[in-house]
Amino acid sequence: MSLVTPLSRVLGLGTAKGAAEHWWMQRLTAVALLPLGLWFALSLLGLADFGYATVLAWMQRPFTSILMLLFVVAIGYHSFLGVQVVIEDYVTGKALKIVAIMGSTLAHAGLAIAAVFAVLKVAFGS
Amino acid sequence: MHAVQRPLSPYWIYRWQITMWLSSLHRITGLLLSLGAVALGIWLIALANGPAAYAEIGAIAGSSWFKVPLIAWTFCFFFHLTNGVRHLFWDAGLGFDKARIQASGWAVVVVTLIATTAFALVVIV
Repeated sequence: MSLVTPLSRVLGLGTAKGAAEHWWMQRLTAVALLPLGLWFALSLLGLADFGYATVLAWMQRPFTSILMLLFVVAIGYHSFLGVQVVIEDYVTGKALKIVAIMGSTLAHAGLAIAAVFAVLKVAFGS
Repeated sequence: MHAVQRPLSPYWIYRWQITMWLSSLHRITGLLLSLGAVALGIWLIALANGPAAYAEIGAIAGSSWFKVPLIAWTFCFFFHLTNGVRHLFWDAGLGFDKARIQASGWAVVVVTLIATTAFALVVIV
């Protein structure tokens, strides 16, 4: 049972919004991004060049596609949480803050879905 | 927001220390990496769009001026990653004493510079 009153939950801004989950997901995605980020960097080191054929062949390997999907989703979530904290810290004024967080949320969701779609399209061919 | 004149925290009189620099850098590099994520997304979408679209993006990504943001993102990536590990140790309650917090800070700086230089030399330049 939650001890947060319905009123304070509806009022939104401020505390009682699930800060613990925010904190936890930021750490969880950080831990996920450690191996994924290192894999991505090492993969780029291993590529002969960045031409279309080379990158396509690399990206179409199932192993690459799967890790790339995980990488893109983890980046999207981690970036979303981080940018939200920055907005909450520096954007003053309730209306502007809501608009900024809304814009950031939509941008992150949109880009993450576009990136996931792109990886899948490359993986399954056209 | 409020016009009340309260005493402010005296952050500007502190002697700048490595811990403060790295703390600010963590947030700045994080924001820049969010922009880098946009570039990564554009790269993936261009690849999905086929050779013509990929060549268009490649013309920008391969141009000499674009090495500047690429190297900057490389620096941000390695800094945010290594300093992030430092943060995770703190979350576990480890390495919080003054000596270790400064030593780990310098370790982050050294590792970041070495990794950035190596990656930039092999992949970007």
